[in-house]
Amino acid sequence: MSHTNTASRKRGKLVNLRNFPGFNPAAWFVLFFLYSPLVYVVIYSFNSSRIGAVWESFSVKWYGKVFENTDIQRALKNSLQVGFVATVLSTLLAVMAALGLLRMQRAGKAVAMALIGAPLIIAEIVLAVGTLGLFIAVGVPLGKIGLMVAHTAFCIPFALLPIRARLSQLDMAPFEAASDLGANERQILRRITLPLLAPAIFAGALLAFAISIDDFITSFFVAGPGATTLPVYIFGMIRSTVTPEVNAISTLLLLFSGSVLIGSYLIQRKRR
Amino acid sequence: MNEKYLEIRNITKVFQTPEGGEVRALDDVSLDIASGEFFILLGPSGCGKTTLLRSIAGLEYPDSGEIVLQGERIDDKPPYERPVNTVFQSYALFPHMTVSANIAFGLEMENVDKAQVSARVTEALAQVRLEGYENRMPSQLSGGQQQRVALARALAKKPKVLLLDEPLSALDLKLRRGMQVELKRLQRETGITFVFVTHDQEEAMSMGDRIAVFSEGKIVQLDTPVEVYRRPVNAYVADFIGETNLIKGTVVAGGISLPGGNILPTDQLAADSVIPASGEVTVAIRPEDLVLATNGMISGTVRDVIFTGDSVRVHVAVGDVEVIASLASYGTQIPEQGSKVTLNPEHRAARTVAS
Ligand SMILES: Nc1ncnc2c1ncn2[C@@H]1O[C@H](COP(=O)(O)OP(=O)(O)OP(=O)(O)O)[C@@H](O)[C@H]1O
Ligand SMILES: [Mg+2]
Repeated sequence: MSHTNTASRKRGKLVNLRNFPGFNPAAWFVLFFLYSPLVYVVIYSFNSSRIGAVWESFSVKWYGKVFENTDIQRALKNSLQVGFVATVLSTLLAVMAALGLLRMQRAGKAVAMALIGAPLIIAEIVLAVGTLGLFIAVGVPLGKIGLMVAHTAFCIPFALLPIRARLSQLDMAPFEAASDLGANERQILRRITLPLLAPAIFAGALLAFAISIDDFITSFFVAGPGATTLPVYIFGMIRSTVTPEVNAISTLLLLFSGSVLIGSYLIQRKRR
Repeated sequence: MNEKYLEIRNITKVFQTPEGGEVRALDDVSLDIASGEFFILLGPSGCGKTTLLRSIAGLEYPDSGEIVLQGERIDDKPPYERPVNTVFQSYALFPHMTVSANIAFGLEMENVDKAQVSARVTEALAQVRLEGYENRMPSQLSGGQQQRVALARALAKKPKVLLLDEPLSALDLKLRRGMQVELKRLQRETGITFVFVTHDQEEAMSMGDRIAVFSEGKIVQLDTPVEVYRRPVNAYVADFIGETNLIKGTVVAGGISLPGGNILPTDQLAADSVIPASGEVTVAIRPEDLVLATNGMISGTVRDVIFTGDSVRVHVAVGDVEVIASLASYGTQIPEQGSKVTLNPEHRAARTVAS
């Protein structure tokens, strides 16, 4: 870019179209705005003081507390169990939906896609209220089973996102070639379609898992007393007493989400 | 040799366009292909060549008509049950499989046993001269190499008919020439019936045993390369195959009156030329069939002289049309631009063609 700048100065005419005065600081502000809460949580998770806002000295004692707290461990176990089941089921359903959509006519496909994608923007509280009402009406037990069902449902659109993106880029020629070489529909699915979709399926599963682990609203509604998930537990902690222990759990969660993000990035990159 | 090895009977295929119109890609096409033949489908872009090939492969279902292979109808079978294989224009290799896995794929679908598969993969790789590339991924190959893998993949299946859709069109000229020779050799050695699509008339003539010339979903002429070249059935074929001077004239007593007051005597035309009693006709003369003469039948003024190495191309204004003569560059007195010359058609190679 320095080369362009020199050129524009010399000729005095060329305008650098990427230069919008005043927006550079704005970008930094956006970053600060986004990440300062996270930075706060991470830093204060190492604060020895009981009172959140005052820095005393560096300590890892809150992490020790987290690892001793059996309630947290139970909540974590619930979260992981629900997350695992929801990930597997929602990814499976997303793959089936994606392949089904591939066959649909244009008009039907657009409608179906819109319907499947809509929960991504519908206020979650509405879905949560509906889910709770429906579960009670049909008799789905609240607690772990209810959580698994609800999480599977709202994870589907997320799992579907990368799969659909990949499918729409796929060249159809290898499918025709496979058929020409003697493969029937089932063999094409196993040998061509699924291997070509594998990276996208994996990315979809990661996304679904992250969304499930992170979910609060729906989980809060359908968890019931015995099946508190981690976000629901953290919320409970904050309501009673705010201890830096919350910061420690949050930092651990952040670490987890970060790994998922980096993992999926690496997989997407390998695909090219 | 079975003359009716692959029979195409009255195939019609109409596509609906998104704009609501119709395209008659194939219009009542019938042809018989003999076993072991190198058969060419030739025609300009959009004339239906790919559609016919895909119909034989089963990737497209014709609206009507029958496709019969060795006396057995195959047009109602899915592609994976037809004993024919395709070399796709875009190669269509499996991007997630190595070269050997690509070639083995079709054999595994037939449940060929493992040892056999690897033997046939090796054989196919040798046939296309790609030994040593077994473990490459398609993305690590050049276009020409990918093309060979696509060919090997289809050959390994030992199909009854091999369909090739402009397999050489993405290659540069030199590679293309080389592959033309190799394909011809492969076809001879394997004895497999080839149906080869191209829009390159030179490729068609140098490779084909017979050529079907297409225009707008119909076969215009079906003949050997020599016949198609020497006896084009109409002006379209004459113009499409090789280079031809198409000169409009009028029938007069004893000959045809050409522009510029020239008369071409009837007895100088090809013996099988159809000459109406009167009216307009089109005369087709290949540039290489014209020679300079001292007192020739066609007189005109030299406009351009272009030296191309093995020949000299002389553009002659004859009345209001331009006639091109291709002369041998040795042993010929090369005329000067602006000079008056007369030309004679040799060997009675000039002929009338339907327009
Ligand atoms: N799926 C389709 N839907 C609509 N029209 C089609 C479809 N496939 C082909 N056509 C039309 O049918 C006609 C014949 O197409 P085809 O692909 O057979 O031509 P081609 O001779 O192979 O041409 P090219 O040399 O350009 O490959 C064209 O006018 C094309 O636009
Ligand atoms: Mg084509």
